[in-house]
Amino acid sequence: MARRVLLIEDEPNIIEAVSFILSRDGWTVHTHSDGASAAERVRAHPPDLVILDAMLPGRSGYDILQELRDAEETRGIPVMMLTARGQARDRELALSLGATHFMTKPFSNAEVLDRVRALAGG
Amino acid sequence: MAEPSSRRTLAGGRIRARRLDAGLAQAELARQVGISPSYLNLIEHDRRRIGGRLLNALARALDLEPAQIAEGAGGARVERLGAAALARGRPTSDAEAFASRFPDWAALVETQAEMIETLKAQVAGLSDRLAHDPELSASLHQVITAATAIRSTASILAGNEALDRDWQARFHRNIHAESLRLAESSRRLAGYLEAPGEGDGAGVAALSPLDQVEAALDRLGHHLPALEGPDPAMSPEEVAKGVPGLDEAAQDILTVWLRTYRADAAALPVEIVARGWRETPEPLALASRLGCALPRLLRRLAALPPGAGPARAGLVISDAGGALGPRRALDGLTLQRGAVACPLWPIYESLSQPGRPLRALAMMPGETASAALCYAVSTIEVGPDWMTPPRMVAVMLMLPSDTAPAETTRRAVGPGCSLCPRDNCPARREPSLLPTPSRML
Repeated sequence: MARRVLLIEDEPNIIEAVSFILSRDGWTVHTHSDGASAAERVRAHPPDLVILDAMLPGRSGYDILQELRDAEETRGIPVMMLTARGQARDRELALSLGATHFMTKPFSNAEVLDRVRALAGG
Repeated sequence: MAEPSSRRTLAGGRIRARRLDAGLAQAELARQVGISPSYLNLIEHDRRRIGGRLLNALARALDLEPAQIAEGAGGARVERLGAAALARGRPTSDAEAFASRFPDWAALVETQAEMIETLKAQVAGLSDRLAHDPELSASLHQVITAATAIRSTASILAGNEALDRDWQARFHRNIHAESLRLAESSRRLAGYLEAPGEGDGAGVAALSPLDQVEAALDRLGHHLPALEGPDPAMSPEEVAKGVPGLDEAAQDILTVWLRTYRADAAALPVEIVARGWRETPEPLALASRLGCALPRLLRRLAALPPGAGPARAGLVISDAGGALGPRRALDGLTLQRGAVACPLWPIYESLSQPGRPLRALAMMPGETASAALCYAVSTIEVGPDWMTPPRMVAVMLMLPSDTAPAETTRRAVGPGCSLCPRDNCPARREPSLLPTPSRML
């Protein structure tokens, strides 16, 4: 069975491109665009990996990450944070909250694929 | 009121320092002010107080203001010099002496110290703005988001793996949309960063004068009631002056534009054109019916109030060199300025055939891309004297493609070579940055 990635991102053209490259690589990609209900979505259908944008409508990606790490059932799910800000403090914040990986936009497709395979491919 | 002792005791020192700087012997200065050298010596050592006529005479001889001798450089200046010295780890004790002895240099140091403090405050403000300003953060986010989508999508298109036509069309469309967003957000970001301050008008400094005029006309809806009618409420100059957010060059451009507008409005009143368009919705036939020049009618059709003419309209005006004036986009579609523009647009063809009206359905690349019904014509304006060459101007009205008569010629146009995926294009000047699928219009 294909492994599942949940892409939590609100930009439709980024969603389309990332979904396409992951799907072509054999992943089952689910998407979610609303920050407020994102954590609930993860709990309801736990994926093998979450790709989480830092800036979402309704709720910050950092808050969502915090909630995922606080909850027993989602604590172990790898989370790769995507952010348009690459400042050290954003990286530190993401990693201190429990992000498995931190990736700065604009990223390369190869970079995303490599990291997804590394984090959830096993 | 008695002079403070600290000031009084320094007055002699100031006289002495200034005299030595001027290269005057004590005897010479004493002679100039009409006192004995020994008396001047007592004054210089603060053993005699001075005032009145003698103070004025000494000040004149030493090229100082009397107050500079009596009161020194002034408390505020000395304090500022002391603070400047302290900030750089220098002793502050000689600030008073320095200010008294070298008042011009002291003023320079003071000014530069103030400038340094001002610049430091500006740097701190800019740093704070870069780090915390929500508007800047949002602008940057827009730029990076668009760049991310373009990079990721372009990478898919440029990859070696085959893509079916639907995905290709979809990704081309996405790139086009994101490139527009990137262009707009970049422009806003640049404007924001170069703006002198906050609030209305921020960003104007980064826009070219033509961009400012286009933005202003867009805000005004391209129809200006104040310039309409037999007796307009305002002159073009008054209207231009009243438009906010324009620099001087933009105001000049807008004024010229509005003079043409005013002439067009006077020759073709709204109600006459509106009635004519309802009955004859074809520019060439309508121009003939109204007895007006086609370029004027094309301009006028793009400047009517809602409901009076075409539902939507775009307008482009070019000179013989291909330089475009203020543009009105049709549903976001317009020509690019400068050498990046696609030469296949009918307006450029019209420049080689003055007086010949051209009509074409201009098709942008891509299966779902936009199109526009274009009416173009160029005219030659005779110069004002025997020496000035004639001026050629081309006008192109753009209307929605669904209004095109069935027999309208279709013509492939593009956004400019670097962003155009058409292969085998006879007008290509440089390679495309996009992959070039073989199927093209």
